[in-house]
Amino acid sequence: MSELNKMGLAEARDALRAGETSSVELTDACLTAINSAGALNAFVHHTGDLAMQQAGAADERIKAGDAPAMCGLPIGIKDLFCTKGVPSQAGSRILEGFLPEYESTVSQKLFDSGAVMLGKLNMDEFAMGSSNETSIYGSAVNPWRRTGDDTKLTPGGSSGGSAAAVAADLCLAATGTDTGGSIRQPAAFTGTVGIKPTYGRCSRWGIVAFASSLDQAGPMTKSVRDAAIMLGAMAGFDSKDSTSVDLAVPDFEATLTGDIRGKKIGIPREYRMDGMSDEIEKLWADGIAMLRDAGAEIVDISLPHTKYALPAYYVIAPAEASSNLARYDGVRYGHRAKMDHGDGITEMYEKTRAEGFGHEVQRRVMVGTYVLSAGFYDAYYNRARKVRSLIKKDFEDAFASGVDTILTPATPSAAFGLNEMAETDPVAMYLNDVFTVTVNLAGLPGIALPTGTNAQGLPLGLQLIGRPWEEAELLSTAYALERSAGFMAKAEKWW
Amino acid sequence: MSIDETTAARVAKLARIKVEPDALPALAQEFNTILGFIEQLNEVDVDGVEPMTSVTPQLLKKRDDVVRDGNQQAKVLANAPDAREGFFAVPKVVE
Repeated sequence: MSELNKMGLAEARDALRAGETSSVELTDACLTAINSAGALNAFVHHTGDLAMQQAGAADERIKAGDAPAMCGLPIGIKDLFCTKGVPSQAGSRILEGFLPEYESTVSQKLFDSGAVMLGKLNMDEFAMGSSNETSIYGSAVNPWRRTGDDTKLTPGGSSGGSAAAVAADLCLAATGTDTGGSIRQPAAFTGTVGIKPTYGRCSRWGIVAFASSLDQAGPMTKSVRDAAIMLGAMAGFDSKDSTSVDLAVPDFEATLTGDIRGKKIGIPREYRMDGMSDEIEKLWADGIAMLRDAGAEIVDISLPHTKYALPAYYVIAPAEASSNLARYDGVRYGHRAKMDHGDGITEMYEKTRAEGFGHEVQRRVMVGTYVLSAGFYDAYYNRARKVRSLIKKDFEDAFASGVDTILTPATPSAAFGLNEMAETDPVAMYLNDVFTVTVNLAGLPGIALPTGTNAQGLPLGLQLIGRPWEEAELLSTAYALERSAGFMAKAEKWW
Repeated sequence: MSIDETTAARVAKLARIKVEPDALPALAQEFNTILGFIEQLNEVDVDGVEPMTSVTPQLLKKRDDVVRDGNQQAKVLANAPDAREGFFAVPKVVE
């Protein structure tokens, strides 16, 4: 069995249980792959020693017949998750040197389930970005390149390092987080699978907060089956997160039948944007045909407030961010600016935050401060929250009319070049999330999976949106689409 | 509504982020681009619509009012840029 790192979770798990390989061998293969993949800048903190320790312990567990779902499987963890004693910087200078004294609930659950942590993964600073370019570590690089062209492309963001690492087989799977599309957009850009579960399915405790009413953790994997396995290990009630929901976590893999006969798939007409490219239009039409052929009933639906989702998001997310990021004050953790003679505490705050936060984070914190400030709260923040209610109701109406799942494109384009968007205004970058952000506002589960390539050989993804708490059905529908699409392409190794 | 340099400076002050005076015009311009985008929300009829306060309709879970953890002073202070005698140390706050 050569190139063990190329396996997915399900395959590796079965091989481990059958005694065909060991977690130590598997982990070693991943660490070797990581060492030769510096050009991708995906792993930003390496925990090889810890990984080998965990792998050894996992092998013991497997031998003893105690092999939970993720036992011995080497994964990467997004830098947004606090991991005990391991740098957790959220891609920001302001958390330089921060070593958490605690473990996030999701990473703890993964460890309890036997997972092996290879290291921490690159991301946009505080998860604010769609290209991984706002990271203090520099951008992660997409393993995919356009045919006959060596332009470096973005792996998407904010979970860009996670997406690049999974696509390049540096790990079997990775954690991501998604506030407006940060799991699904990078998954679509790298030909991988990413699911954002229902808000409240995974605990947010110990994950550096960006916009608390929108943030959710989820797995980024090589297949829908792997997503089902890993989501099961990440999800579940946690008394430390008051928005975590006390619901049993189903066995997502067991219900992965791909039988969608008689299911109603909604196609929202408002997602057919002006100027949508032919390749995305075709991808979507192909996906519709695949689901119809698999026995689903296709129905046109309307989500009338779609157009207002991004503007509402760019009020609500910065507002919550400005509040959440107030904690970075140079007092309790992370970076503190050097002070000049006579500086008081206000100067200390202002200099620390100017040095510690990058440009995009500063901009969003200030926009959030503005929309929450006296005199503007009603005009911006409250209005956005009302529009959010309407967006949620759009989905509720669609589901009430009998629709089981909604099919949309995941992104408006394939991966773009690094620095390509540097000269455009911030709003142009925000448009990357046009198809994904509605799902966060409504708190729904959404999954992106690769179903085709464009003319330049880059992967393209579709998104399926499910009813709240029905990730099992969502995954099963995605499994049907995955089987029909038969997307097998991999990035050709150049790094 | 358009943001001028004075407003940009005020917002930066409220957010406790130091912005050099020569960076203010560009900052104000960026704010205006983003707020221009947000202005679309004014097209929506929100009469009688309740603002969304909870993503999933649920009551906040309650627990017994007892101490569950504590006595972690060393851990709490472990990451502080400046900690002295069991406290976070900051520059002089009162004159």
